Amino acid sequence: MKIQLHNPRREVEIPGPLRASDLCKQLGLNRESVLLIRGDELVTGDALLEEGDTVEARPVISGG
Amino acid sequence: MKCHRCEQQAAVEVRHARAAYCPGCFVQRCREQVSRAISEHRMIRPGERVLVAVSGGKDSLAVWDLLLDLGYQADGVYLGLGIGGYSDRSGACARAFAERRGARLLEVDLADEAGFTIPQAAATRRIPCSACGLSKRHLLNEVALEHGFDVLVTGHNLDDEAAVLFGNTVTWNLPYLARQRPALPESPGFARRVKPLIRLTERETAAYCVIRRIDYIVEECPLAAGNRHLVYKELLNSLEERSPGAKAAFLNGFSERLMPLLDDLAAREREAVGTCSRCGSPTTAHVCAFCRLRDQATRPPRRRRTTRRGTRPARTGGGEVDPRVSLRP
Repeated sequence: MKIQLHNPRREVEIPGPLRASDLCKQLGLNRESVLLIRGDELVTGDALLEEGDTVEARPVISGG
Repeated sequence: MKCHRCEQQAAVEVRHARAAYCPGCFVQRCREQVSRAISEHRMIRPGERVLVAVSGGKDSLAVWDLLLDLGYQADGVYLGLGIGGYSDRSGACARAFAERRGARLLEVDLADEAGFTIPQAAATRRIPCSACGLSKRHLLNEVALEHGFDVLVTGHNLDDEAAVLFGNTVTWNLPYLARQRPALPESPGFARRVKPLIRLTERETAAYCVIRRIDYIVEECPLAAGNRHLVYKELLNSLEERSPGAKAAFLNGFSERLMPLLDDLAAREREAVGTCSRCGSPTTAHVCAFCRLRDQATRPPRRRRTTRRGTRPARTGGGEVDPRVSLRP
């Protein structure tokens, strides 16, 4: 599956299927600091992400 | 995972509430949390004119959307900070939202109003985020008073407040701790300032925007790199991941147990406020911090002397002082 990451913007390939919470662990992402968006829908930690999915890991922390 | 309320497929986990929600119930929960914050802290009274400080980010657009849906008469104000393409894109998000909701958006430009931009302020000794926050507080307050609004709303959320609290606690800055409140009442020269998102984390405000299809600026401000509040937020989120509810407990514990003990200090701080000799704004100094920032940011760059090595005149030991340094706080 394709994972879109921010700061810096980039895309990585991760083999699926994979639980959303496991994806966060694999990428070292704190689940409090990101939202996972498949297509244009939010997914919870127990969602099963499939091989053909495109998932955005959107950071939610902002400064200033 | 099922929705805590309706048993449909959940889309958002709210781990600090030990619950998950479907999109519809999540939006309803956000409205309830904002209503509760407004009524608990007497933020907005019925019929009052509300001005929302809008940056084009998730929090300010979410709070504006929530207030409009809750029936408040809420206009927005966008402050152009002159941060190149970042400001262009954030302004476009604010305008697109206002148009979509049929809401009124006032626009103020920092360069037009004060003669400098945030990148110019960042070229002084000030930290960019500090210059930006100071400029926003000064100009947005001025707009609220000039246009006769009763209350100025900001998009500060639970994470923002917990990070500020963490920073003020690390340094035990009691005057700043005394000032940190979800609602700051109006006083001479100050509009009432309120934070209706105080019960929602920034993960929740971001999820709200995704569900409501609100297009906000996702990228971080290019000048925010190294911002210490970002570091505090990361620390607090590491704690939250291990112990869900830790951030809310930290902030709510402060509000309920410590804040009342700081009431006297807060009152003394308010009594010490006078007016700026230049612009008339409230300040505890002779010249307010914003006027001092403007002096620094609009001063022409100092010309570097070209002195050849070995020809520098000998120091006399005299007390010649650069007058610019003496103006610095």
